[in-house]
Amino acid sequence: MAMTEDEIFQKVTETLTEALGVDDDEVTPDATLTGDLGAESIDFLDIVFRLEKTFGIKIPPGDLFPDNILNNPDFVADGKLTDAGLIKLKESMPHVEFGEFDQDPDVNKLPELFKVQTIVNYVKNKTAN
Amino acid sequence: MRWIWIDRFEEFSPGVSATAVKNVSLAEEHLHDHWEDFPVMPVSLMIEGMAQTSGILVGQARDFREKVILAKISKAEISEPVVPGDQLKYHAEIVTITDQAASTHGTVSKNDKPIGTIDLMFSHIDQNLAGTKFPEENFVFTGQFLRLLAGFVEAPA
Repeated sequence: MAMTEDEIFQKVTETLTEALGVDDDEVTPDATLTGDLGAESIDFLDIVFRLEKTFGIKIPPGDLFPDNILNNPDFVADGKLTDAGLIKLKESMPHVEFGEFDQDPDVNKLPELFKVQTIVNYVKNKTAN
Repeated sequence: MRWIWIDRFEEFSPGVSATAVKNVSLAEEHLHDHWEDFPVMPVSLMIEGMAQTSGILVGQARDFREKVILAKISKAEISEPVVPGDQLKYHAEIVTITDQAASTHGTVSKNDKPIGTIDLMFSHIDQNLAGTKFPEENFVFTGQFLRLLAGFVEAPA
């Protein structure tokens, strides 16, 4: 039986408290991984490794968090995502809520899109299949 | 002098686990520098010892082709002081290893009694996403580290 969103959220919270050394009550759906929870680049790999174990899923590189999109000159110009880059990102990351990012697709603002809820959405999609 | 904090391997199972021994001696200068009147093995150096044990395990798993760098101390808990005359054992296991990185789980024992846990993450730095280039030569795994493995695994070509 598929897990409920609540169950997924609980397990994601445990994963993040272990990976980032944060308290349970800091892990809210809207908390951003970098800004609010202090994640750095190696932490993203740590989170991926732990999610794979916790949920028994396989997370290919660039599936949950962006990987090669940002290194591709067709997709990034002058520190902003190009139209093609934006389309590619949205297509490959259905678990991300882009909100108003379209209006100013600054690469430096990309980390703000990755919230606790983003991971919950990803796991939900992944375990539903 | 090489910054080396393990004396020998006791067990080495390629890609799986390794156990290294470190004998703590009053002749070691750092014991006197930590707290003057109470010579004790600094926990930071136990972390380094575990990092060397785990790091060699991770490096060997990819035949020493990757430059393996300690990237994160996920957990480090030691419950008892370690003093001269004690024997430390660092037992490391690979939890996950991918092209980019590896995570390890480690148990520290003092005179064969478990006293703590040190979990680490290593980065394969040539595979970093920023695309930064490093020297071709593998400056991580030089002679002294590799000699520790004599009798356990074949030296890399």
